[in-house]
Amino acid sequence: MTIGLEHYLILSAVLFCIGLYGALVKHNAIVILMCIEIMINSANIAAVAFAQFITPVEITGQVLVIFTVAVAAAEAAVGMAIIFAIYHNHKSINVNKIDLMKW
Amino acid sequence: MGQEISFWVLAAVTVCAAIGVITIRNVFRAAMLLVACFVAIAGLYILLKTDFLAAIQILIYVGAISILLVLGIMLTHEITHASSSNKFQIPALLTVAVSLAGIIYAVVTTNWQISNVSDALPIDIATTSTLANRIFGENGFILPLQVIPILLLATVISAIVLVTVKRK
Repeated sequence: MTIGLEHYLILSAVLFCIGLYGALVKHNAIVILMCIEIMINSANIAAVAFAQFITPVEITGQVLVIFTVAVAAAEAAVGMAIIFAIYHNHKSINVNKIDLMKW
Repeated sequence: MGQEISFWVLAAVTVCAAIGVITIRNVFRAAMLLVACFVAIAGLYILLKTDFLAAIQILIYVGAISILLVLGIMLTHEITHASSSNKFQIPALLTVAVSLAGIIYAVVTTNWQISNVSDALPIDIATTSTLANRIFGENGFILPLQVIPILLLATVISAIVLVTVKRK
């Protein structure tokens, strides 16, 4: 059984769902950031698999992954800065206790 | 044959590490498992014949983002028992299971237009020059590439402002 596009897509879907579950249920803001990174990586796997199996000549998917990685790095940096600011103010990064914008 | 074995090993490592990230209560160990997950994904990129993306994956995810996350874990003191879950575990599990089933159904039933050029592509050449020609050549991605530095500059400035502005 050769490894085809479906294998990579299903792996990507499984990774995305693991990350989604973690992002939905976790208390710790840093763990939520990690889960978001897992989800971004799963999307990257899908993009690279599409690029290699469907458009191997015009490798637009690989270019997309380069931009996604840059945006993910920016997202991680700003996310950590926000978490540090919240920790500075509240002494906690439990997202259930961060309710300053809750009505 | 070797390709199949490599794929299954790398996929197993990736999925197990990702499950470990969301199940292990120690946040630092979760971060280490996240590093393992990223390295296995770099292996998958190599398997897909995209060596430049594998290098990017190692450099940026394993080298930079993981270090940033570990730094964050070190600077906040909730390490050992902080990775707990809230009361929405069952609804979240249901949502995730339904979406996973939907995605897998869509993937399996769609008739993908697999290009047969990929087998004819030479494996021994590096993809870096191909990728560079695609980005910088005719009908390339020069404008998006110039927007990215602006985004990174805005990120640096906003991160500095967020962590240094004095609060009462």
